Amino acid sequence: MQRITIDPITRLEGHGKIEIFLNEEGDVANTYFQIPELRGFERFCVGRPVEEMPLLTNRICGVCPEAHHMAAAKAADAVYKVDPPPTAKKLRELLYSGFYFTDHTTHFYALGGPDFVMGPDAPVAERNILGVIHKVGLEIGGKVIQARKYGHRIVEIIGGRKVHPCTSIPGGLTKGITEEQRKEIEEIGKWGIDFAHFTLKLFNDLVLGNKTYLDLILGDIYTHHTYSMGMVDENNKVNFYDGKVSIVDPEGTRIGKYAPSEYTDWIAEHVEPWTYLKFPYLKKIGWKGFVDGKDSGVYFATPLSRLNASDGMATPLAQEEYDKFYKTLGGKPVHQRLTTHWARLIELLYAAERIVELATDPEITSPNFHTVPTQTPTEGVGIVEAPRGTLTHHYKTDERGILTEVNLIVGTTNNYAPISMSVKKAAQSLIKKGTVVNEGLLNMVEMAFRLYDPCFGCATHSLPGQMPLQVTIRDSNGNPIEVLKQFC
Amino acid sequence: MSTNAKPKFAMYWAASCGGCEIAVLNIGEKILDVDANFEVAFWPVAMDAKYKDVEAMPDKSILLTLFNGGMRNKENEEIAHLMRRKSQILVAFGSCACEGCIPGLANFSNQDEIFKAAYESVSTINPDHIRPLSSYEMPEGTLHIPEFNPVLKTLDQVVDVDYYMPGCPPESHQIAAVIDLVIQVLHGEATLPPKGATIGVGNSTVCDDCPRTRNVKVIKEFKRIQLMSEIDDKLCLLEQGIPCNGPATRQGCGALCPQAGAQCIGCYGPAEGVVDYGSRLIAAFASVIDSNDPDEIDRILDGIPDPAGQFYRFSLAGSLLRSGKSAWNQ
Repeated sequence: MQRITIDPITRLEGHGKIEIFLNEEGDVANTYFQIPELRGFERFCVGRPVEEMPLLTNRICGVCPEAHHMAAAKAADAVYKVDPPPTAKKLRELLYSGFYFTDHTTHFYALGGPDFVMGPDAPVAERNILGVIHKVGLEIGGKVIQARKYGHRIVEIIGGRKVHPCTSIPGGLTKGITEEQRKEIEEIGKWGIDFAHFTLKLFNDLVLGNKTYLDLILGDIYTHHTYSMGMVDENNKVNFYDGKVSIVDPEGTRIGKYAPSEYTDWIAEHVEPWTYLKFPYLKKIGWKGFVDGKDSGVYFATPLSRLNASDGMATPLAQEEYDKFYKTLGGKPVHQRLTTHWARLIELLYAAERIVELATDPEITSPNFHTVPTQTPTEGVGIVEAPRGTLTHHYKTDERGILTEVNLIVGTTNNYAPISMSVKKAAQSLIKKGTVVNEGLLNMVEMAFRLYDPCFGCATHSLPGQMPLQVTIRDSNGNPIEVLKQFC
Repeated sequence: MSTNAKPKFAMYWAASCGGCEIAVLNIGEKILDVDANFEVAFWPVAMDAKYKDVEAMPDKSILLTLFNGGMRNKENEEIAHLMRRKSQILVAFGSCACEGCIPGLANFSNQDEIFKAAYESVSTINPDHIRPLSSYEMPEGTLHIPEFNPVLKTLDQVVDVDYYMPGCPPESHQIAAVIDLVIQVLHGEATLPPKGATIGVGNSTVCDDCPRTRNVKVIKEFKRIQLMSEIDDKLCLLEQGIPCNGPATRQGCGALCPQAGAQCIGCYGPAEGVVDYGSRLIAAFASVIDSNDPDEIDRILDGIPDPAGQFYRFSLAGSLLRSGKSAWNQ
């Protein structure tokens, strides 16, 4: 049996490794996507005071510490049964919207976008952010850098630091913002709306206007029929910071919405012995393995699933784009996973609009940014939508608020099963008897998981955006017979 | 332009969060100075290169390697040895590599406890008590993942380290200053600090950069920040009873957290000359307690709900304690 190992060195949370096994005929027999690292946060946070969790769990991920900071703060609120004042909630959501703006910008221009702007078959040396800037112009490159800086600036103003923010505590925040800071954030938001519109137009012109890309996007290779997950507000509109988690089935019917405290009724996790990461699935449907369909508990949690699981966007301009998205793609839900890149840009626009909404809220500069908890701490769950999926923090404490049990279901983890399935399907579709495994083809396998923007992953937030791969094809004795590399 | 003439630069992450890489990318246009003065030989977040490519390089052929992340598994250690062999200057970069950081708190637990928390959690359905195995036979072949170490080690517990650059993450302006220094050294305009030095930092403590007023007032109780109805935004947090780690923590960040109303949690590690961070912080806290009565002192100290975490939050793996007893009892 032949074996192809894709060892993506570039990664954030450990090295993702893909093993592709070929059968005697040279077709793909099976694939395994392995995550070879565990740090053990769920154990060593036990014994710590609950108010430290927004600071400790930041260190799970330096790319999306804001998501852990928020989920932890909300779980700590719940542990104390304290409702932060409106200003605190709005400031947290404002920080979080700034983070989303930066994060989604990075993904489109540096990671996912190059595949489309330059084309999946473009020379590897051009398939990166520098190639994108070269193609669309230096002025736009400057805008991209500015967009990243602006989002980080909002995080810094409200969170106290650019990386690993420090201001959220049980009951609210340690500080508010001044009128001057509010104005700065408002201006950033307005600039951001223009930038998001510009980016959507770019996507429209370069991708939707190109029949080759459209065929690739709408084709079968990147299509999976699974459940969709996403957080929604009381009007069932997409919300990143607060609400209930909505789940729709592969046909688009909402099977339920759960509050954070109900997550164990809905979500369970499966363990495999060949990887350190677990596979979450819908408990009511059950774990049936790595398969599509209504009878399989596999779900996904990405920008696309959030759109599928909601009834729309809470801001007017993003809603226009939402309507256009489903009109163009033939209605809800959409299962062609490469459209996630488009969905991400609709969320980018929403984030910018939300920044302006919150920055112009009359309560946002109020000094009433903290409520002192008065109840005995016990147990609580906090959920936010991380850019890479629904993020759940669940804490139990003793009467002093010292943690006795911690459970975390991290954004990307939600997508572990679907990513594994997408990789297998892409490999099976693209590697067939007699097919030469070449760089462009490998990139198309890689695109299968890059669209999820995985955080253990490789492609995530790397510069210049091309995930380097080495594929070793081995004979049945394990001797390499061919080595293929792709470089930045 | 020939790139062969330029000295080689590398950056690697072991068990880490990626925040160190983000901090380096946040130095902005300084990245261009790195590019102008160095050939980037190995930097997984930014460019392609393989372990094999590094293995093929002559020993000591990389001038400068910034190494972040702790030693959580066998693979982390293997790469640490590899980078040591290939590098002239190996910098333990960021809190994880220097002293273990937050993931080092795992050293209070053994592997069974860590795996049980992860693979038997409240949302996990695992009736057969399956655990990840470093080698596992599937029908198609054997699958491998790196072996989990019983304790998380710092970089210098595995290989010889030339310099330490603390912070979680190191602040971008400090990174830029260190890069400037190395470039000056390359041009013969400066000399390197002595081996073993801590770089990209100040020589004092976080308190030195903190604009809050200190009156050397003594306290009668420690307070939990969320339970305080009001926090004076001008007064020293420790004097208000909030267990702020500033007095033991090295200067370098610019006192970001205290300025945002949050206590210093100690991410820049021990101040210059401090052998054990926790001991120094205990001394600092003891000095603000206003009592000579042992019972009252006990009561005041009870206000620190998690002494182990409070005093060794970032530094456990590298501290004199090294690790909790249970981790060694496997």
